[in-house]
Amino acid sequence: MTSLVPSADFVPATINVAAVAPLLIVTVAALLGVLVEAFVPRDKRYVVQLTIAVLGLLGALAAVLTGARTNQTTTVAGAIVIDGPALLVQGSLCVLALIGLLAMSERLGSDHMDAFTRDGASAPGSHAEGLAQRLGATTTEIYPLTMFSVLGMLIFPAAGDLLTLFVALEVLSLPLYVLTGLARRRRLLSQEASLKYFLLGAFSSAFYLFGAALLYGYAGSVRLHDIATAIGTVNGLDGLLLPGVFFVLIGLLFKIGAVPFHAWTPDVYQGAPTAVSGFMAACTKLAAMAALLRVLYVGVAGDRWSFQVALWIVAVLTMVVGSVVTIAQSDIKRMLAYSSIAHAGFILVAVLSFDRAGVASALFYAIAYGFSVIAAFTIVALLRDADGSEATAISQWAGLGRRAPVVAALFTLLMLAFAGIPLTSGFTSKFGVFNAAIAHGGTMGIWLAVIGVLCSAITAWAYFRVILVMYFAEPAPQDAAGAARVVLPSAASTIAIATGVAMTVILGVVPARLLELATQNSQFLP
Amino acid sequence: MSNVPWLTVLCVLPLVGAAITAVLPDSAAWRAKQVALGTTLLTLLVGVVAATQYRIGGAQFQLVEQHSWIPAFGTSWALGVDGMSLTLILMSLVLAPVCILAAWHEVPVGGRREQNYFALLLVLITCIVGVFAATDVFLFYVFFEALLFPVYFLVGSYGGPDRRRAALKFLIFGFVGGLVMLAALIGLFAQSTGGPTAMLVTNLTGLQMGETAERLMFLGFFFAFAVKAPMWPVHTWLPDTAQQATPATATLLVGILDKVGTFGMLRFCLPLFPDASRWAAPVIIVLALISVFYGAFLAIASKDIMRLIACTSISHFGFIVLGIFAFTTTAANGSALYMINHGFTTAALFLVAAMLIRRRGSQLIPDFGGWQRVTPVLAGVFLFAGLAGLALPGMGSFVSEFLVLVGTFQRHPVAGGIAALAIILAALYILLMYQRMMTGPKPELATPVRDLTAREKWVVAPLIVALLGLGFYPKPALDVINPAMTTVLQQVGVTDPPPIAGIGVDTAKESAK
Repeated sequence: MTSLVPSADFVPATINVAAVAPLLIVTVAALLGVLVEAFVPRDKRYVVQLTIAVLGLLGALAAVLTGARTNQTTTVAGAIVIDGPALLVQGSLCVLALIGLLAMSERLGSDHMDAFTRDGASAPGSHAEGLAQRLGATTTEIYPLTMFSVLGMLIFPAAGDLLTLFVALEVLSLPLYVLTGLARRRRLLSQEASLKYFLLGAFSSAFYLFGAALLYGYAGSVRLHDIATAIGTVNGLDGLLLPGVFFVLIGLLFKIGAVPFHAWTPDVYQGAPTAVSGFMAACTKLAAMAALLRVLYVGVAGDRWSFQVALWIVAVLTMVVGSVVTIAQSDIKRMLAYSSIAHAGFILVAVLSFDRAGVASALFYAIAYGFSVIAAFTIVALLRDADGSEATAISQWAGLGRRAPVVAALFTLLMLAFAGIPLTSGFTSKFGVFNAAIAHGGTMGIWLAVIGVLCSAITAWAYFRVILVMYFAEPAPQDAAGAARVVLPSAASTIAIATGVAMTVILGVVPARLLELATQNSQFLP
Repeated sequence: MSNVPWLTVLCVLPLVGAAITAVLPDSAAWRAKQVALGTTLLTLLVGVVAATQYRIGGAQFQLVEQHSWIPAFGTSWALGVDGMSLTLILMSLVLAPVCILAAWHEVPVGGRREQNYFALLLVLITCIVGVFAATDVFLFYVFFEALLFPVYFLVGSYGGPDRRRAALKFLIFGFVGGLVMLAALIGLFAQSTGGPTAMLVTNLTGLQMGETAERLMFLGFFFAFAVKAPMWPVHTWLPDTAQQATPATATLLVGILDKVGTFGMLRFCLPLFPDASRWAAPVIIVLALISVFYGAFLAIASKDIMRLIACTSISHFGFIVLGIFAFTTTAANGSALYMINHGFTTAALFLVAAMLIRRRGSQLIPDFGGWQRVTPVLAGVFLFAGLAGLALPGMGSFVSEFLVLVGTFQRHPVAGGIAALAIILAALYILLMYQRMMTGPKPELATPVRDLTAREKWVVAPLIVALLGLGFYPKPALDVINPAMTTVLQQVGVTDPPPIAGIGVDTAKESAK
C-alpha cells in the first residue's frame, strides 16, 4: 500500500482501536447527548441523558480496564500514547467524572437540576429569563457538555504531540467555560466567573500555542519524543527552546492553577455551580497534572537544568500563596479554591523530582484529592440558608455539628484529609509526594518538601477553623435565618459523597493497592 | 497464650467500647459511663494478663506482632513492648478507669453529649496504647497525630469558658510539631535500607548517615517531642489547655499524653540518631534546666489551680528530659520511672483538685481558704497528692527525682547541682497553694458541703496505693525498666562515667538495682 503512494503524500495513520476505545465511547456518548437534546421530549431528557452519560463513563472505564490495558502503544501516528500513566489517569478520570456528574444531577426533589439555570445567556431577572422558565426550558445540555469536557480530559494525559495536547486542552476547556456560567443562583457572579475564565483561558491558550510553535521551530516536529531527541542533537537554536518551554508550561500551569497563573481559580470556583467546581477541581487538575508530567518527562526533561529554577519558584509560590491566602477566606467555596491551589503546589513538589516515584506520587495525590474534593463540594451544595440558596459563608456553618451531626462529621473527615492527617488519603498523598522529593529531588527537593510541610501546617489552620466553627460555635441569634441547614439529598448526591468519603478513608487506611498500581503505571512511553 | 495478639487486643478493646458507648440508644444513654468504666476495667485486666507474659531479660521487644501494611512506604502494623513501654501502658491502663470514674458527673446534661464524651475518652485510650506499643516509626506517627483529635474535641466541646481558643492552640502546636517530625520521618525513610519493613525501629537503628542529615532529622523528631513534653520555650499551650480542659481530660493529657514526648526521645531520638543526640545534649540540658525553673516559677505565680498543676508538670518534664540527656544508666532509669510516677502524681493532683473545685464552684486559689475545716479528709488527700508532687521521700516521685539528680550529677555536676535547687521551689509552690487554700478561718458557706464520697474514694485509693507502692518498693518497676534503658544507652554509645565520688555512685547503684 505504502509503495503506491509517494512518500511526501498523506499517509493514513493506523489506529489501534482497542487502545483508543475509551475515547471513542465517550465521544459517542457525548454526541448521543446532543441528539437527545434535539429529539427526546423535555420531560424524559433528564433520565435519558443521565443514563447515556453514566453508561458512557462506565463503558469507557471498562474499555480502559480491558482492551486499552493490554494495548499499551503509540497510535494515531504518534498523536495518542496509551501507556501506564495515561491509563491510570483515564481510568481514574472515568470514576471521578462519574461521581462528579452524579453530584451535578442533584434535583432535590424538584423536576429539574437544582444547580443550573435554564437560560444561561439571559441577564438575571430579565424578561428573557422568565420567558425561558415559562417555556419550560431544560438544563440537561450540561450532560453532553460535561461528556465533551471529559473527552478532552481523557485525551489530555495521552497526547503524544503538542497539537493533540492543544486540541485536548480546548475540548476540555470550552464546555467548562459554559458550565461555569450556568449557576442558577447568584447569576451575576456566575456569568462574571465564566467570562473571566474564558478570557484568561484564551490568553493562556495563546501562550501555549506560541510556545508550541517555537518548539516546532526548534525541533522540526511537534511530537514530544522528537523534541526530546532534538534537545540532545540540535545546536544553535536554544533561543527557541527555552521560550518555547516556558510558554507551553504557562498554558499547562494555568489549568493546574499554579501561582502566578491562579487568579481565575477562586472566582471561578466560587461563581460556578458548586458541583461543577468540584468536577473542575478534581478532574481538570488530574488531567492537567498528567499532561504536565508527560510534557516535562517525555518532552523537555533533557533541558531541565535551564528551566527548573523557574518551576521551583512556581512550586514554592503556589504552596505559600495557596496556603496563606486559604486562611484568610470567609467563604467556603473560595477557601476550597485556594486550598486546591495549595494542593497543586504540593503535587508540583513531586513532579519536580524528575523520577518515576514523582510520577506515581503526583498521580496518586491528584486522584486521592479528586475524590475528597468532589465530596466536599457536593456537601457544600447541600447546605442552604432559610431562602434555599447555598450557605457558603463559613460563619453560617456555626453549630452544624449539633444540627446535622452526620454531614458535619463527613465534612470534618474531608477537612482532616485536606490537612493531611494520618488514616486519611491526604496523609498518604503527602507522604508520597514529599518522599519522592526528598529521595530523588536532590537538595532542592528537600527544601521543597520542608516548605511543603510548613505550608501544610499553615493550611491546616484554615481546615481546623472550619471544624471549630461547626462544632464549638453557635450561630448568633440575629443570624439564625442565615444559619446553614442541610437539605435532604437524593441518591445521586448521596452516592457521590459516599464514594468520595469512602475513598478518602480507604486510601488512607489501606492505600497499598493504589500505591502499587500507581508505581506500576509510572513509566511513560516515549 | 503466646499466640494471642495482646497488644492489638489492648488497642481494639477501648475502640469497641467507644463504639458501643456512642451508639447506645437514647433509652440506655445513662449507661454510657458504666460501659466506659467496664471497658477500661476489662482493658486493664487484659493488660495485666499481657504483662505476665513479659519476661525480664528476654528480647528487647516482646509480645511482638507484625503485619505488612503499606509496603511502598516500608511500614507495617508492628507492635511490641520493652520495659519502658510496658510500664507506661500499664500506668495508662490503671489511670483510665480512675479517670472515667472521676469524670462520672463531668457532663451533667447527660444523653448524647455524655455518650460522646465517654466515647472520646475511650478512643483516646486506644491511641495511647497504640502510641506506646508501636515499634514501627510510621505507625507511631499515625497514633501520635491521631491523639490530637480526641483531645481537641474533648477540650473544645466540654472544657471551660475559653475552651475554643485553648483547643485550637493545642491542636496547632501539636500539629506543627507533628509535621516537622513528618519531614524528618520522610528523610529517615529516604535514608533507610528500603523494603517492606524499612520503618521498623529495629531496622532503622544503626543506620549509616551523613552528619548533617542525622542532625537535621534528630532536630525534627526532637522538636515534635519537645512540643509534646512540653519544654520551654514551646510549652505555652499546656497551661492554657489544662486550665480549660475537664479534669479527666487534663489528667489524661498531662499525665499520659505528654509522656509521649519524653517516651519518643528515649525510643526514637537516642537510638536512631546517637551521634546527633550526643551533639545536642548540652543545649538540651540547658533547655531542660530552664524548663525546670521556669515551670516552677510559673506555678508559684499561678492563681488557677489547674494551671498551677500544669506548670508544675513543665518543671517535672524538665527533670525527665534532663535525666534522658545526662546519658547515665541511673538518670535514664530515673527518667523512665519519673514518667510513671508523674502520671500518678498528676492524676492525684488534678482529680483531687477537681473535687475541690466542684465543691467550691471556682478554680481560683484565692476563692478558697480554710477549706480543711470544711472537708478535712479531702484536704488531707490533697496534701498527700501535693507532697507526692514535691517529691517527699516515701513517695514514688522521690525515688525517680533522686535517681535523675544523682545520675545527672555523675556526668554533669553543675547541671545536677542547679537542678537540685528546684526541689526548694517545688516545696514552695505546693505548700503555698495548700496554705492559701486549706488553712485560715473556716469560710462561710451557703450550703453544706460533703466530704469525700464513696466514688471519690475509689478514685483516689488506687492513686495513693500506686504512689506509696512505687515509693517504698520501686524495685519491680526498676527491674523492668533497667534493661530497656541499658539498651538505649548502648545504642547511643555512651558508658557510665567512672566513679569519682564514692557516695553518689553507691547510692545510684543501690537504687538502680
